Amino acid sequence: MIQFNAYKMLQTADGELPLDVAFTIKKGQFVAVYGNSGAGKTTILRILTGLTAAEKATIKVADATWDDAEKKFHLPVQKRSIGFVFQDFALFPNLTVKENLEFALSKGDSKEIVQELIELMELQSLQNSKPEHLSGGQKQRVALARAIVRRPKILLLDEPLSALDDAMRFKLQDYILQIHKKYELTTIMISHSIAEIFKLSNHVLVIDKGRITKQGTPEKVFSEQKISSKFQLTGEIISIKKSDIVYVVQVSSGNTIVKVIATEDEVANYHIGQKVLVASKAFNPVIQILS
Amino acid sequence: MIDLNPLWLTAKLALITTVILFVVSIPLSYWLAYSRFRFKAVIEALISLPLVLPPSVLGFYLLIAFSPDNAFGKFLADYLDLRLVFTFEGLILASILYSLPFMVNPVLSGFKNLSPALQEASFTLGKSRFTTVTKVLLPNIRASLFTGIIMTFAHTLGEFGVVLMVGGSIPQETKVVSIAIYEEVEAMNYHNANVYAGILFVFSFVILLAVHLINNKSRKTTLY
Repeated sequence: MIQFNAYKMLQTADGELPLDVAFTIKKGQFVAVYGNSGAGKTTILRILTGLTAAEKATIKVADATWDDAEKKFHLPVQKRSIGFVFQDFALFPNLTVKENLEFALSKGDSKEIVQELIELMELQSLQNSKPEHLSGGQKQRVALARAIVRRPKILLLDEPLSALDDAMRFKLQDYILQIHKKYELTTIMISHSIAEIFKLSNHVLVIDKGRITKQGTPEKVFSEQKISSKFQLTGEIISIKKSDIVYVVQVSSGNTIVKVIATEDEVANYHIGQKVLVASKAFNPVIQILS
Repeated sequence: MIDLNPLWLTAKLALITTVILFVVSIPLSYWLAYSRFRFKAVIEALISLPLVLPPSVLGFYLLIAFSPDNAFGKFLADYLDLRLVFTFEGLILASILYSLPFMVNPVLSGFKNLSPALQEASFTLGKSRFTTVTKVLLPNIRASLFTGIIMTFAHTLGEFGVVLMVGGSIPQETKVVSIAIYEEVEAMNYHNANVYAGILFVFSFVILLAVHLINNKSRKTTLY
């Protein structure tokens, strides 16, 4: 459904980087774009939307041509059937939640879709608030709803969940999935979270230094290096205590503290403040359900 | 009793200048904020020039340009029947150039402080550039617009050098308050000068007080 082929010279902190990407996406797919920052992920979405001009771009969506490098054709942003959710949400501060949604309506459109989206996104109690009074997750829901008002064929999400805490992320992932199915969208999302990609998408593009280095299902793409029977985390030793005949070493990693048993010989090599890796083999990890 | 004409003339000049500059500065500032024009810095420097240039320099060049002896002045006189030397129309044009940075700079900084994503979001929602500017961008830089209006108005009230060079001091045509004060002092009429000066002083203070009270509330814009 989407045939994308673009070339653009990117100006990055490390000098020039050619972005040279071609891919095809089928209707109804949920595609994740994964890669280091500065690899050109956002630029790809922006070229597809028409917000950034590429030196060469040929983009076809369904039967329509959006960009044609040969014929020097460029369809304006306004005419592309796209819903774009920006990283900083880009809600209009002068309008209320409901007005933000209504802004997206064209002349003569029925307001029904706005009401429907307000209910779907559970924004009823917030509809008369200004964006400055909303939390990050609430803003996200408004931005998502606003992007759908025009009933676009394609939904683009630029790292939509990166600023949110885990509980909020899980909830919003469900909203995104619901919207994707209900409005029969083809969705492309930039994400840094492999868990998120597994949960939402059925196709992954891995971008590195301006090129697609890998693509396929999440299982296929992440099977080699990332997923194995071992899990590991890095952290810092915060305490070493003797308990009966063994030692308990506490390691702080992110927001969690892990207690690990160690023998006297091992402890001799540890000291507080040391950076360590805690790894566990397949037969002993415990799975705890988060939601 | 003082002559009220200079006061009336000053108010009229300031009001007309402000209205014209408001209309001109919005597209100009928008273009400066969003265009990638290579020589934009040159334009920005030209606009800001009246901030540092002695008003007499600007006035001198305008006088030369407006003179019917020169091409621009001759063109205006021959084809538009417009004389800009020692006329109120000339004062308006001179004031517009002289006060340009006081309107453009606050509006420009207002545009620049907005997230570029606001405009882009509006485009992706199918809205034209005009709708985007009037419905999204301008409502979100209200404080900057207000600052621009007030500063332009107040700055035009206080013009002296440019007005003297371009307009001279023709009663009911180009003799504004600042010129009237100068002439009253030269004629040793200190009482009259005092009344004019007092009115300007109090009025300018009240205007600036209003700007700062509003700016302290919003804190989103710079004065100049």
